[in-house]
Amino acid sequence: MGILEVKNVSKRFGGLKALSDVNLSVRENTVHAIIGPNGAGKSTLLNCLIGKLIPDTGSVMFDGQSVLGRKPHEINQMGISRVFQTPEIFSDLTVFENVMIPCFAKRDGAFRMHAIGKTSGESDIIEQAERMLIDVNMQDKRHVQASSLSRGDKRRLEMAMCLSQQPKLLLLDEPTAGMARADTNNTIDLLKEIKAKRDITMAIIEHDMHVVFSLAERITVLAQGTPLVEETPENIKGHPKVREAYLGEAQV
Amino acid sequence: MHGTKAKDTTLLIVVAFMTMFAPFLLNPFPAGSELAQFNAGYPDLMQRFVIFGIFAIGFNILFGLTGYLSFGHAAFLGVGSYSAVWMFKLLSMNVIPAIVLSVVVAGLFALVIGFVSLRRSGIYFSILTLAFAQMSFNLAYSVLTPITNGETGLQLSLDDPRILDGGGPATSLPVTNLFGWEMRESTTIHAGAWSFDLSVGYYLSAIIMLACFYLSIRIFRSPFGMMLRAVKSNQQRMNYTGLNSRPYTLAAFVISGMYAGLAGGLLASMDPLAGAERMQWTASGEVVLMTILGGAGTLIGPVLGAGFIKYFENIFSKINEGVLHGWFAVMPDGIEDLLVAIVYPFVGKGWHLTLGLLFMLVVIFLPGGLVEGGQRMGRFAFRRRDRKAGPVESSAAEKRAASSKPAE
Ligand SMILES: Nc1ncnc2c1ncn2[C@@H]1O[C@H](COP(=O)(O)OP(=O)(O)O)[C@@H](O)[C@H]1O
Ligand SMILES: [Mg+2]
Repeated sequence: MGILEVKNVSKRFGGLKALSDVNLSVRENTVHAIIGPNGAGKSTLLNCLIGKLIPDTGSVMFDGQSVLGRKPHEINQMGISRVFQTPEIFSDLTVFENVMIPCFAKRDGAFRMHAIGKTSGESDIIEQAERMLIDVNMQDKRHVQASSLSRGDKRRLEMAMCLSQQPKLLLLDEPTAGMARADTNNTIDLLKEIKAKRDITMAIIEHDMHVVFSLAERITVLAQGTPLVEETPENIKGHPKVREAYLGEAQV
Repeated sequence: MHGTKAKDTTLLIVVAFMTMFAPFLLNPFPAGSELAQFNAGYPDLMQRFVIFGIFAIGFNILFGLTGYLSFGHAAFLGVGSYSAVWMFKLLSMNVIPAIVLSVVVAGLFALVIGFVSLRRSGIYFSILTLAFAQMSFNLAYSVLTPITNGETGLQLSLDDPRILDGGGPATSLPVTNLFGWEMRESTTIHAGAWSFDLSVGYYLSAIIMLACFYLSIRIFRSPFGMMLRAVKSNQQRMNYTGLNSRPYTLAAFVISGMYAGLAGGLLASMDPLAGAERMQWTASGEVVLMTILGGAGTLIGPVLGAGFIKYFENIFSKINEGVLHGWFAVMPDGIEDLLVAIVYPFVGKGWHLTLGLLFMLVVIFLPGGLVEGGQRMGRFAFRRRDRKAGPVESSAAEKRAASSKPAE
C-alpha cells in the first residue's frame, strides 16, 4: 500500500477526457516520475491531488485518508506540497518573505492571529528560512522582490518554499523547465540531498529524461489520460508502449 | 529587519510632531489677513483631519494590504456614530464609553458583513459591501427610525435618561466630555497678528489617531501583516501553502471596520449627532479616494489623503466669486472678469472638479499616490546631490529597488 493511492480517477473538461480511469500507487520514500507527451493529463492529475480540481469519479487516498472534499489548505497541512508548472510565488513580496510564509504555515497551522509581534522577532522562522535559502543557493537574493527573479530562480524559490514545509509528499510539475543546464544539475543535486537527509516521497513530472533517470525509482507513463506502463527506469527505456506514445506525439 | 525599524520610528515621531503642533502649523497666515481663509488650524477642521485619518488608516489595512476593495466602509462609520450618540443619551456624556461601544458594535457589524462578502473576491466583493452599506443606509433612514431617528438624525434631548450623569431636569443640552474636560473647550493663543486655537477635542482625537497609526505600523510589520500582503499577491499560492486565507481577510475586514467605528464614535463625540447620510455610498467612496490619493499600502499615505481631501472640502469650497474678485482686483476690469470666469468653476462649489482632476492626475502619473510623489521628489533631490558628488548609477538603482518594496 503506497502513501498515495489514486484509484479509477477520471476527469472530463466538456467533451475532452483529460483523465480516464487513472490508477497510481506511489510508495513511501520513493521518487516516482510521471512522464508522457504534452496534454497527456499529468498536470490535471496533480490538480486532482491537491484539491484544485475534483475528479468526476474515483478516489484519492493520502497517508490512509481521503483527500477528496478537503480544501487546498487542509490537503497541504496533511503533508502535500506542490511546485507548479508555471511558478506560483508571492511576486510582490521579497524572496525571504516568500520562504518565511510556508515556515509560518508549518509552525502555526492554517491560521494564527499574530498581529502585534514583529516578523523580525520570529527568530526560529528566520533561521529556518535562512537555512533554506542557503540550501537552494539564493541567500544573496533574499531582499529582491520575487517578481524580478529569472524564471529559473522563480522555480528554485518555489521549490524552497515547498521544501521548507517539510512535506511528506512533494509534487513537482516540470521543476527544471526553463532552467539552464547548470541549474538543472543543481536542482537534481538538491533533490537528491533532501531525499538523503530525511523521509520524503516525491512525484515528479518531467520532460528532461536526464532528470528523470537521475532521480526516479519508478516511472509511470501517461498518454491521453491513461497510464500505459509503470516500470523501473531500467525497464522503461526500450518499452514498446512508451516508444509508441512518444512517436505518436512526434507524428502529430 | 534592514532598517525598516528605524524608518518606522522616524515616521512615527514626524507624525506625532505634526499632529501635536498642527494648530500652529496649519495656521501660517495672520488672523485678519487676506490669506487667513487658507488657514486650516481651527478645531472643527483639524478634528476632521485626524478622525478621517483614522478612518483611512483602517481602510488601508484592508485595501492596502489584502487588495480587497470595500465600497461599504461608511456603514461602519455610521454605526459607530449611532452607537456613540446612544451612549450619550442613555449612559453618560463621557466620551470613553461611547467610543468603546462604537468600536465594539462596528466590529460586530463588520464580522457579519465581512463573513458574507468575503465569500467572493474582486468586483463581486466590492458590490456586496456596497449593497450592505446601502441597505444599512436605507434601514437607518426609514425602517429603523426608532433607533436612528430617521431623516432628522439622532440627537441629544433634554429628557434623555443618562443613568450615570443623573438625567435630572436640565435647561440646556449637556456637552460631551472626558472626565470633565469638555470636548469643545479651547484656549486661544495670540502671538502678534497670529492666533492659534488649542482644543480638547482636537487633542483627544489626535492622540487616538497616533495610537491607531502606531497600531497600524505594528500590524504592517507583523507576520499577520505579511500574510495579508500574501493574500493580495497570490491567494492561490497561499492556500496551497496550507494557509486558510479566509480568516486572515476576515480579521483584516473586522479590524478596518473597528477603525471606521472608532472614527464614527469620535465624530459623534466632537458633535453629538448621527445621521444616515454618514453611511451613504458617497462617504464610502470618499475613504477609497483618500487611501488611493495618499498611497494605498503605504503607512502614511491614507493620513495624507484624508488631510488633502478634507482640506479641499473645507477650504477650497469657501472661495466664492467675491473672494476671487478680491484676488484679481489689481488686473484691468476685463481681464479680472475673465480670470474669475476661468477660475470660478474650480473653486467654491466646484471644488469637486479640482479634486477629481487631481485624483485623475495622481492615478495616472503617480499610481503610488502622494507618497510616491514625495519619494520621487526626494530621489530627484538626492540624485542631483549625488551627481555633484560623483558616480551615482548604483546608488540610484538601489534606491529605486528600495522604493519599489511593497510596504514602503
Ligand atoms: N482547467 C481546464 N479546463 C479545460 N481543459 C483543461 C483544463 N486543464 C487541462 N485541460 C486540458 O486537459 C488536457 C490535459 O492537460 P494537462 O493535464 O495540462 O496536460 P499535461 O500536463 O500532461 O501536459 C489538455 O488537453 C488540456 O487542454
Ligand atoms: Mg502540464
